[in-house]
Amino acid sequence: MAETKKTPFSAHLLTGFFALFVLFLYGPMIAVFLLSLQGPEGQLTFPMRGFSFHWIGAVFGQQRIGNFVEAFGRSFSLGLIVMVITVVFSVLAGLAFRKNFRGSNLVFYLTISSLIVPSILVSLGVGVVFNLLNLPIQWYSSALAGHLTWTLPFAFLIMLGIFGRFNPAYEEAARDMGASDSTTFWRIVFPLIASSVIGVGLLGFTLSYDEFTRTSLISGETNTLPLEIFGMTTNVTSPALYALGTLTTIFSFLLIGIALFTMQKLEQRQNKQEG
Amino acid sequence: MTTDARKKLNGATSATHAATGNIQNALADAAAGVSLRQVTKKYGPVTAVESVTLDIPAGSYCCLLGPSGCGKTTVLRMIAGHEEISSGDVLIGDRRVNDIPAAQRNTSMMFQSYALFPHMTVWQNIEFGLEMKNIPEAERKSRVGEMLELVGLSHLANRKSSQLSGGQQQRIALARALVTRPQVLMLDEPLSALDENLRVQMRTELRRIQKQFGMTFVQVTHHTEEAFSLSDMVVVMSNGRLDQVATPSEMFRTPSSQFVAKFMGDNNIFQGKVRHCVPDPTSGLDLVELEVEGIGSFYSRGQAAPIGSTAACSVRPDLMQIAAVGNTSQPTHRANHITARIVSIEMTGYVTRIVLMEEKTGKDILCKVRTTDWEVESFSEGQVVSLRWSEGNCVFLPY
Repeated sequence: MAETKKTPFSAHLLTGFFALFVLFLYGPMIAVFLLSLQGPEGQLTFPMRGFSFHWIGAVFGQQRIGNFVEAFGRSFSLGLIVMVITVVFSVLAGLAFRKNFRGSNLVFYLTISSLIVPSILVSLGVGVVFNLLNLPIQWYSSALAGHLTWTLPFAFLIMLGIFGRFNPAYEEAARDMGASDSTTFWRIVFPLIASSVIGVGLLGFTLSYDEFTRTSLISGETNTLPLEIFGMTTNVTSPALYALGTLTTIFSFLLIGIALFTMQKLEQRQNKQEG
Repeated sequence: MTTDARKKLNGATSATHAATGNIQNALADAAAGVSLRQVTKKYGPVTAVESVTLDIPAGSYCCLLGPSGCGKTTVLRMIAGHEEISSGDVLIGDRRVNDIPAAQRNTSMMFQSYALFPHMTVWQNIEFGLEMKNIPEAERKSRVGEMLELVGLSHLANRKSSQLSGGQQQRIALARALVTRPQVLMLDEPLSALDENLRVQMRTELRRIQKQFGMTFVQVTHHTEEAFSLSDMVVVMSNGRLDQVATPSEMFRTPSSQFVAKFMGDNNIFQGKVRHCVPDPTSGLDLVELEVEGIGSFYSRGQAAPIGSTAACSVRPDLMQIAAVGNTSQPTHRANHITARIVSIEMTGYVTRIVLMEEKTGKDILCKVRTTDWEVESFSEGQVVSLRWSEGNCVFLPY
């Protein structure tokens, strides 16, 4: 008798378990997504009353749901600023840490342990220091500082990993052939880590774009998007709130998509035959 | 490489082939010797290389051989300028290069994993060094073209290095290293990434190119056969020091220390005490009698050592004569003799390996016999045989 290829029961079990895991991850998002498509009569909770794009439209309409467009603008700009600083800092730090300088271990542990300081304390601390120094408390000053306390250590850790895998023979070869340090960096090192750098940039952006706790006390008189949405939960009682959530999520996915696409293109360019 | 291309490189007389002739001359003219004068490298309290003095003549192929951690790679990197020298001097030609950066030493290095830039094409990889030296584009073009032709891979110019096979990568790395016409080419385990067959093939190719252009090659390897087959000069290192500097055949015949004898592989080494030394007029060396505990005394040739000192003697596995016990037809000059039991017989192809155990002490002995000869003698496993070797085939190792 020919043996038929039968999937063992355990494989089905594991598939089921994985499906549950995915549902657990995306369940809340799906709920919000569905509720934002309520009919015009819909409420903040299930059941769905019809299906429409009414509330999506309402986000852009003259609803009293706070100043979402400006908040989005602020969060987007802040995200970009954080991204640029994070990328520059982490690449430089990554390069520095390959040299094993004196005290590098201390700096490493200090940087990493800063991640476990409670976020709200960081926010409070940044506020206190800015007050003390008489600096303006604004989304672009104190909130930026708060975000960087979050993104820099993360990006730094990732860069260490990237450079840890980077074969120093490439640089030695370049220097052997007479390349200066800066030529070696721009012609050899940077192109080889470029796709990872995009990843770090994206991480910096999303960490900042999402950030709530660290920003909560130090965004000044204007709100970033997460703070604005949180504010709305107390005074907006329509599914427009969910619609806003759906829109920002789609925006985030779009960003990730663009970044992944760029990374893939870069790698393809590296591997593909030219001409 | 096509025979046509090879002809061009060898001949280089006709005007049309002047360009290829140029590399021939340029590479041969460039070749310089390397001298190390008491070169030492320390990493904090650890001494990686200790007072190495060595002269590598221009145009020779020199292999630094030793186990990992013996300091051979550090020596190579100090010559290339990728490692600072703690004390001593490194000279390339007549120029002291201690404080000259790698790029200005007129050396090139071929890295262990080749370090071809994966984001560049083959052409760009080879051109990079010329670009860095600000060589005009027209000349760059002709020189890269020449090198590609030399390694026979012109058709791959536009490939990315990640799309090449191991052997192709190796050739491109060689082309990239040679295109700047270095005075000395440094090779760091250049064959270790290749599989066995390809390794032997590339070995021949490396040697051919080195000879053809009369260049100075300094190579690091831990592979004895590789070092022997490639070099004019083998340098064995252990614990940061030089053990022996010799031609391959000299080293094979007369290792200078127990370390070298062991490192070369299958040598049978007997440790004992020096009992007697007399000058040996036929060799100009001394005839040393060594008392090996539990076995007896052996005669070997070498430099005399104090009576009573601990030393050893070594005999190659192919120089022991196997005979039936009590066979008296052996010539009398075979001064050394033991009896041993055959443990196993391994036919490996041209050579048959016979593993034996010395009868009195249980010491492992290895013999290698040509398979054709073995088939005539044919002893069997478990049989006790007599092993003989002359003092001329037994090397005295004072340390």
